[in-house]
Amino acid sequence: MPKPRTIAVAMSGGVDSSTVAAMLRAEGHNVIGLTMQLWDQRRMAGHEGMPEAVTGRCCSLDDVYDARRVAEYIGIPYYVVNHEERFERDVVRPFVAEYLSGRTPIPCSLCNNHLKFDQLLVVAQQIGADCVATGHYARVEFDDVRGRWLLKRPADRSKDQTYFLFGLTQEQLSRTLFPLGGMTKPEVRELARKQGLALAEKPDSQEICFVPGGDYKRFIDAYLAEHGDALPDTAGELVTTDGEVIGEHSGIHNFTVGQRKGLGVATGSPLYVIQINGADKQVIVGGDEHLHSRTLRARRVNFIALDDLREPVRVSVKIRHRHEPAPAMLEKISGDEVRVTFDQPQRAITPGQAAVFYQEDIVVGGAWIV
Amino acid sequence: MRRIYLDNNASTPVLPEVLDAMRPYFGERFGNASSIHHHGQETRAAVEHARDSVAALLGCRAAEIVFTSGGTESDNLAIAGLAGSGDHIIRSTIEHHAVLHACKHLEETGCDVTYVPVDARGRVDPDDVRRALRSNTRLISIMMANNETGVLQPVQEIGKIAAEAEVYFHTDAVQAAGKVPIDVKQIGCHVLSISGHKMHAPQGVGALYVQKGTRLQPLFYGGRHERSRRAGTENVPGIVGLGKAAELAMQGFTRGNDKKMCGLRDRLERGILAQVEDAAVNGDGAGRVPNTSNIYFDHLEGESMVIALDLKGLAVSTGAACSSGAIEPSHVLTAMGLRMDRARASIRFSLGKQNTEEDVDLALALVPETVARLRELSPTYQRQAVSS
Repeated sequence: MPKPRTIAVAMSGGVDSSTVAAMLRAEGHNVIGLTMQLWDQRRMAGHEGMPEAVTGRCCSLDDVYDARRVAEYIGIPYYVVNHEERFERDVVRPFVAEYLSGRTPIPCSLCNNHLKFDQLLVVAQQIGADCVATGHYARVEFDDVRGRWLLKRPADRSKDQTYFLFGLTQEQLSRTLFPLGGMTKPEVRELARKQGLALAEKPDSQEICFVPGGDYKRFIDAYLAEHGDALPDTAGELVTTDGEVIGEHSGIHNFTVGQRKGLGVATGSPLYVIQINGADKQVIVGGDEHLHSRTLRARRVNFIALDDLREPVRVSVKIRHRHEPAPAMLEKISGDEVRVTFDQPQRAITPGQAAVFYQEDIVVGGAWIV
Repeated sequence: MRRIYLDNNASTPVLPEVLDAMRPYFGERFGNASSIHHHGQETRAAVEHARDSVAALLGCRAAEIVFTSGGTESDNLAIAGLAGSGDHIIRSTIEHHAVLHACKHLEETGCDVTYVPVDARGRVDPDDVRRALRSNTRLISIMMANNETGVLQPVQEIGKIAAEAEVYFHTDAVQAAGKVPIDVKQIGCHVLSISGHKMHAPQGVGALYVQKGTRLQPLFYGGRHERSRRAGTENVPGIVGLGKAAELAMQGFTRGNDKKMCGLRDRLERGILAQVEDAAVNGDGAGRVPNTSNIYFDHLEGESMVIALDLKGLAVSTGAACSSGAIEPSHVLTAMGLRMDRARASIRFSLGKQNTEEDVDLALALVPETVARLRELSPTYQRQAVSS
């Protein structure tokens, strides 16, 4: 039996974090349930193109209700903490700005870096907890040889969330527990059932929590409209890789690298978005062969398994959440910028997404693709 | 763990005497107060006895008391019952949500609403109310005591202004009732709201004083209960509880209990300020109800403070809880011109009749150590410490 600790559990109202709370409680720890109120789901409801009402999603009243019921059922104190301002500043606004600059952002990583493992950790410490546990599928452990905290891939590869966690610092990792790291999702559901949690069968959430219905374009319109801002004119030309202008597009934020549908032009062979040129609002299109590239550059690098990268290393690199890590060389090219050279060309390397570097199960680090 | 409850502005425990008075009306005395038989007569008598007690507390006639489901209903009945499309309403920026949102609803349906500001101490200036008057002003709604700061508003002066201008005056006295003596004649209000559970009666009962001759549009349609001002079978146990709580409040005033409460509050307040730097009372210098102390503690989040204290057994509050239970910065404190970070760093301590000297001692032991711990872990406090 491990020594009882005071642990704050970040509870979303879903199966995973609820099971974490129940597990830690059953192990005899002093557990405090916390739910972060990050976004008012009613805020965009009723705006043009947005649903009238939103239910059953992150930060919705239904989820808070579920989390509260679990806390009450397992007998732990539970609180909702309001971080709406920080969330809007550090996640929502950058999300909108990235799309309007022609990049494809990952809000979940920003939320992890700035809220779940930053603000929530501060709150946890302030209320007397020495660490935060979450329902992420990942593992964290201390490596005596390196003298560093390591982030590792979980037992259930299909649920691996390390891609979104590459930004965690040593200090953050030292105060974080991922109790589900060694379990598969079916095992988690089974445990939830055994613990008698009513929400054991609740479906997983997949979409971006603050974008109702998953339509980010409409969300951007509604968000700007709410601020009284008109959508900036990001319309421009559709240009082929040969430099030929073949049409107009409605705005660069409507496109993602690798996208095929919705280009509004008919040609003999299939066309894909190859590149989005934010500065002159051009969307470059071309055949599939142009989508493949062997190198990428990425900035704002965070190393986890190393304190710094002094010489090139062999790694496997994941360039989007659903991407099998591909073998590559990783080298540093300046203070916070790295270059990745893949053994084989990779399809649709997308600015705004993260490149996360692995050695076997270990997350070496990651950076934002430019 | 010993739990100390210092959040009596949110809700108060039902006093044992109140519970004793109510108990028969859950069981053997169950009749509908409108029924003609013995059972109905029994509960009718209890309701009318309670009406006398509440009338005595407010200095009015029994026929001027309408029982409701609580403060929110009383406020809504007063506002929506008196003003309608085309009318102008004056209210302050620090009213309770029951008044704010009732006015907002009327605004959407064709009323004009003027929002009178407050000064740094959280007080409305009666001259602002006077200046806001228009030819179509129908209603002034200014609370008697604020729920977050406890600051008393100059309701008598506003009453005079209303009388001169011949407009209705409503005051939300939910946080004043039972804490300070109330005399509706002195105030000069036409309608006044109170709530049971803020004065040691149960949740789910309240009352509205309606001056004789004031015609109210009812909120509900049904039987002719409460002289056709509030349809619906009377909540007899609740009403009996409210009546008993009103009697106890009256006895308390004659025994000087409000002064004792004030002494307890002041000891808590002074004790905290003596031990904690960079803290001050919101609404300091203004007249306040004797039970409330709202203090800001620079360099901390009130939210974390409330949770940390709760985990140690001390119940206090900050701001207003939104629907999820998360805390939003107080509109009252920001209306007083308090900086956003201070509004978020503010904690409300509110005492009740059950609180003892020992409760205050324990709070005085817990609060300074918790503030110190939170500040130690606060990013802004560390920055400030480095720069100074």
